[in-house]
Amino acid sequence: MFFVVVILAATLNFIIPRLAPGDPIGAVLEELRARGASTGGDAEDEIVAAYRARFGLDQPVHVQYFRFLFNTLRFDLGHSISYYPQKVEAALLRSLPWTVGLLAISTVMSFAAGSFFGAMMAWPRAPGFMQRFVPMFMVLSAVPYYLLGLILVYIFAFVMRLLPLGGAYSSGTIPQLDLDFLLDVIRHGILPALSIVLTSVGFWALGMRGVMVTVLGEDYLTLAEAKGLPDRRIFFGYAMRNALLPQVTSLAIALGTVASGSVLVEVVFNYPGIGWLLYNALRSSDYYMVQGVTFFLILTVAVSVLIVDMIYPLLDPRIER
Amino acid sequence: MTETFIRRGKALLSYILRTPKLLLGLVMLGSLLLLGLAGPLFVDVEKARPISVPTRKPPSAEYPLGTDGGGRDVLAVLVVGTPQTLRMGLLAGIVGVVLGTSLGMIAGYFGGRIDMAISTATDTMLTIPPLAILLVVAASVRSMSVENMALIIALLSWMFPARTIRAQVLSLREQPYVHMARLAGLGDIRIIFEEIMPNILPLAAASFVGATSGAVLAGIGLEVLGLGPQRTPTLGMTIYWAQLYSALINGLWWWWLPPILVLIVLFVGLFLVSAAMDEFVNPRLRRTG
Repeated sequence: MFFVVVILAATLNFIIPRLAPGDPIGAVLEELRARGASTGGDAEDEIVAAYRARFGLDQPVHVQYFRFLFNTLRFDLGHSISYYPQKVEAALLRSLPWTVGLLAISTVMSFAAGSFFGAMMAWPRAPGFMQRFVPMFMVLSAVPYYLLGLILVYIFAFVMRLLPLGGAYSSGTIPQLDLDFLLDVIRHGILPALSIVLTSVGFWALGMRGVMVTVLGEDYLTLAEAKGLPDRRIFFGYAMRNALLPQVTSLAIALGTVASGSVLVEVVFNYPGIGWLLYNALRSSDYYMVQGVTFFLILTVAVSVLIVDMIYPLLDPRIER
Repeated sequence: MTETFIRRGKALLSYILRTPKLLLGLVMLGSLLLLGLAGPLFVDVEKARPISVPTRKPPSAEYPLGTDGGGRDVLAVLVVGTPQTLRMGLLAGIVGVVLGTSLGMIAGYFGGRIDMAISTATDTMLTIPPLAILLVVAASVRSMSVENMALIIALLSWMFPARTIRAQVLSLREQPYVHMARLAGLGDIRIIFEEIMPNILPLAAASFVGATSGAVLAGIGLEVLGLGPQRTPTLGMTIYWAQLYSALINGLWWWWLPPILVLIVLFVGLFLVSAAMDEFVNPRLRRTG
């Protein structure tokens, strides 16, 4: 399954851009011409031929395909067209820490909060405000996070000037590992993280509530109550603990989709992660970069699904291979 | 026939009125539809074209929601763009659900190798983040139109309906009345259309709302990245232009806030209707809501 997904992803990445009219070199030349940089005439034909040879576009299609597949599977994603000598995978590795840092932390935060709220909603002895307060988050979960993000930036960064407008750290500072830089990064991370957490808490709460309702009907809960165990212990140790299991699966998958979910939030906040890289590649029609990034996005999801399949028997002893 | 029709209509109406979630959602979606249908009667749609009005004017009596950096009246853009977004979502939703329902029914009813092929394809496609494929496709297509975009998105929104419908058909197939029909000598086609189809229609309707909502989400995502239709003014493209020309840090809130608010109304409306539909199809959810 894992290999099917990866090879399919690579194949789609190969076919789709080639179905479109025009070719990448033509697109670059068009770009250059628009900027008034191309000379035209014979010189241009020579440039095209040289470029086609360099990127292997002069070979027959099947040779191109197998070469592409082989290179992709070795994680050799080729060179960026707009920043020519740079390798795509180098750019990816440089952006990855920012995306993982921002999105993994906010996903885990909203998972923890959402699971707790969802469990409380299903719990008959929960404080009353929980019942009214959490549905608000569920409605909010229908709103795309980047739209909420824009509104948050306007209120907190532009009108109130409390937090920075965007970026991952103040311009002019040099990334280094000390306290000042760390605080700066955290200050820049608050708004993007907040917009993700606010719009995804409801999703986790909804899932948790559903499982919790089923768990609360189980016999062992009745027994625990009959034994006179304290409420708190029944809630955390008996009910929530069992209801969390399916949630953990979703968390693993959500962490896998972190990279693809990041695209728009990073664009809105000018955050220098994978999404920002992809956005810029799209704007400068940098084919190889777009292909490389999307392949990477699919790869992360496939890997996390694979990991879920492997760790699930460890979490739930009822499932054995 | 008409009598049962009226009776059913009345029952439906009273169900809508008894379910505040559904009512609120329908009112929200209805008001957006009204904005698109009745809007052109009050607003000059020509002002949605670039350079038809002065640029970057704050809201005033003449331009109730101000004008953007490209010389468009923001209110006129909303009036023109909202129906485009709805159309895109509905088109993609319909194609996606028809495709998904057919595949799900075929897989669930016939089983065996056909089922295995369809299920594997569904599971594989579910693993691939749709945005990744959409981005590659959208970046390769030079001139994007609303219909093109809807079709591209539809090709990626059949998987969830297919999976839900397949599971339902699997259990329906073993129902006594289906066995009866088979014993009575009815053909597969007739069993599918006369015995099974009526029972999955509510489920298909519920997944239609879900697919539409997902399609709008995907479409707006592409537009905000600047990959939407260039000729028609759409809500997402308006946000893209506002982002590109830094409307936010120039304090031009009337440029980007109205499309965002319309989109929020749209998404919350779809969410409420979809949640109500899920409760209708799956009554166990009703108690806990």
